[in-house]
Amino acid sequence: MKKYIVSPNPHIHAAVSTRSLMLDVIIALIPALLVSVLFYGLSELLILALSVACCVLLEWAITKWMLKRPSTIGDLSAVVTGLLLAMNLPATTPWYVVVVGAVVAIGVAKMSFGGIGQNPFNPAITGRVFLLISFPAQMTDWTVPQGFLSIPSCLSGVDTVSGATLLGKYAEGGVEAIAGTDYLQTLFFNIGGSAGELSAIALLLGFGYLLVRRVIKPWTTLSIFGSVALVSLIFWLIDPTRFTDPLFNLLTGGLILGACFMATDYVTSPMSTAGQVIYGAGIGLIVMMIRYFGSYPEGVSFAILIMNMVVPLLNNAFHQKKYGRN
Amino acid sequence: MKNVTFRIGGVHPHDSKLSRDCAIETLPLPQTVYVSMAQHLGAPATPVVAVGDKVKVGQVLAEPAGFISAFVHSPASGTVKSIAPRADIAGKMVTHIEIAVEGDEWAEGIDLSDTLVTEIPADRAAVLEKIKKNGVVGLGGATFPTHVKLNPAPGSKAECLIINGAECEPYLTSDYRIMLERTKEIIVGAAIMQSVLGGCPCVLAIEENKPEAIQAMQKALGELPYTNIRVQQLKKRYPQGGEKQLIDAVMRRQVKSGGLPISVGAVVQNMATALAVYEAVQKNKPLITNTLTVTGDCLPLEKQHNYLFRIGIPLSAIADYAGGVPEGAAKIISGGPMMGKAISNMDAATVKGSSSILYLSYDATKRGETSACIRCGRCSDACPMGLEPFLLNRLTKAGDMEGLEKNAVQDCIECGCCLYSCPANIPLLDRIRQSKVQVMGIMRARAAAAKAAAEAAKAAKQ
Repeated sequence: MKKYIVSPNPHIHAAVSTRSLMLDVIIALIPALLVSVLFYGLSELLILALSVACCVLLEWAITKWMLKRPSTIGDLSAVVTGLLLAMNLPATTPWYVVVVGAVVAIGVAKMSFGGIGQNPFNPAITGRVFLLISFPAQMTDWTVPQGFLSIPSCLSGVDTVSGATLLGKYAEGGVEAIAGTDYLQTLFFNIGGSAGELSAIALLLGFGYLLVRRVIKPWTTLSIFGSVALVSLIFWLIDPTRFTDPLFNLLTGGLILGACFMATDYVTSPMSTAGQVIYGAGIGLIVMMIRYFGSYPEGVSFAILIMNMVVPLLNNAFHQKKYGRN
Repeated sequence: MKNVTFRIGGVHPHDSKLSRDCAIETLPLPQTVYVSMAQHLGAPATPVVAVGDKVKVGQVLAEPAGFISAFVHSPASGTVKSIAPRADIAGKMVTHIEIAVEGDEWAEGIDLSDTLVTEIPADRAAVLEKIKKNGVVGLGGATFPTHVKLNPAPGSKAECLIINGAECEPYLTSDYRIMLERTKEIIVGAAIMQSVLGGCPCVLAIEENKPEAIQAMQKALGELPYTNIRVQQLKKRYPQGGEKQLIDAVMRRQVKSGGLPISVGAVVQNMATALAVYEAVQKNKPLITNTLTVTGDCLPLEKQHNYLFRIGIPLSAIADYAGGVPEGAAKIISGGPMMGKAISNMDAATVKGSSSILYLSYDATKRGETSACIRCGRCSDACPMGLEPFLLNRLTKAGDMEGLEKNAVQDCIECGCCLYSCPANIPLLDRIRQSKVQVMGIMRARAAAAKAAAEAAKAAKQ
């Protein structure tokens, strides 16, 4: 007689998997990736490929030889980490710096804690912050490789146009240094900075895709934007000759990339709506404190890492609203 | 019309109502029926017939064995062959009365005509007695004796009677078909229950994916003399038909944990129950028939059916009549794909609450390989009780009964939304179900101990 499956309910599944969610994140990154590759040329493409290859290979090697358990690279989370790490680096980053970043991101921040789902800190950001501290010169070399298909500077290191980020100019020379910034231009094309920060519009397009596909909820991101706007508004109103205005702070640096794609990482962000709002507000506040008073011009990575530490507490303190228990 | 829905959680599975256009057909009588004594919530009924007795259709076979129990009637005429334990759909042994079918001779006093009787008897006690005597139980899934639910304890008052036509489970269409084909009888049944409950407002709650049923109900309401009955359209969302969720959707009230719907003034009855109440009260016909859907993703459209069946027909007899189990079926389910039970025994007899034979292909029903929790929070977003399944899963693995109770594992309604939406395929509900049983056992033991201690203290005082 033919045998049939007997198992408890539910008998159907939403057909969503870790892999499909990560694939959606990759799709959401495509506009920003396209813009950066089109602008920075082949060198950026090589950095992206190197970063992704290192992350995936490393995760595969660690699961196979160190943890001795089935490989998890099929869930595509290592690809996402690789892409985000590369997007958080200057387009001129030398190849060995990329490799070190990947080792820290996957080897230290992710796999040493047990792999996907276990890491307390965002892997890509941990990698970036390690590089920022270890290779300060290479990590703030905001030069623009020349031409569409320029010789990759990570191989040749020649013929580049130097530039400083708007936040860098502000940190150096105060408000006068950034006078006359065209906000409309920064919205579409913000030259100088990490490769992935180039176009706010491209990043927001990807963020919109993630919302439509219900991959993430908007609360963390909106809370970061709201908190940055509010904190900078207060300071700007107090002294506009010393502090930058809210719009400047929303459109510059790695804020949009960080708020849309890094702070919203499932594993390292709170699970409840209230927790996400507080987490986002904390990130925004720390970003503004670093930008206004810190020694680094930009602080999105540090802010996310610091707030990552608070996540377990937020998960403990805030829970979903229960039915019939209020 | 404004669509309403419940406020916490829920998922949107594809509704797959493949058999929606299949009109109800009457299933022929088999040679043998097996009538279960445990086809309602509560104590199994006690047989009142003996082997060798001749019985008629609608004759009482068994009487309730407690306050929460129900009468069971014969679905066929013939001879009682045996009264013995027999395996139900899960293989559990339950006393069944086996009847060899001979002809189709009905007991006296049952009105078999199609005439619609719209006049509602005024004597509340007599109506309740008729509902009880005719073995009516809730047909929405829980099979709770209807007369008990329609007779709230003194001090509680019904403020709204909700007739549940959500049919939020994918695939199932039996409620939809009776809403279309037995519209007026259902409304009379609802009006009877409304009058028994003291004339509270009555809401016919139907999901938006059944516009024909909504129209039919509205049209019929206009042609019938009842007041204070209205149709409420619901957004399509699972588990809308869950009692607690439906109360929240229609009344914007939530039943406290461990409480009964009547504590917020709600009484919920299913569409099929309203039809059974109509037949019991107006036609004196016991609950011996129900409607059942034969459907599935691997069943060709022409083999899909909605059947009016005599309760007690073996599932295999229905499957055979419908053309056999399809080739591609990997799992056979009684009920919907979200909350139904996998059938391990097709020889089991149908019961009052049988609503479907659902054939799912391997592709539709396979569970993916379990991977690590990525803390995406989809399970807690989906939970209609506002629980955090990922947390309950972790606490279950740690054996933390105190933490499980604190995080309300006992509130779980086992709707399956968590496991349905988990991208890591973690068996959330499987584990939560286990710890729920344990925690509820601990809670009961504690309550019993507290009661015993109070009694001991009282005795010591005297």
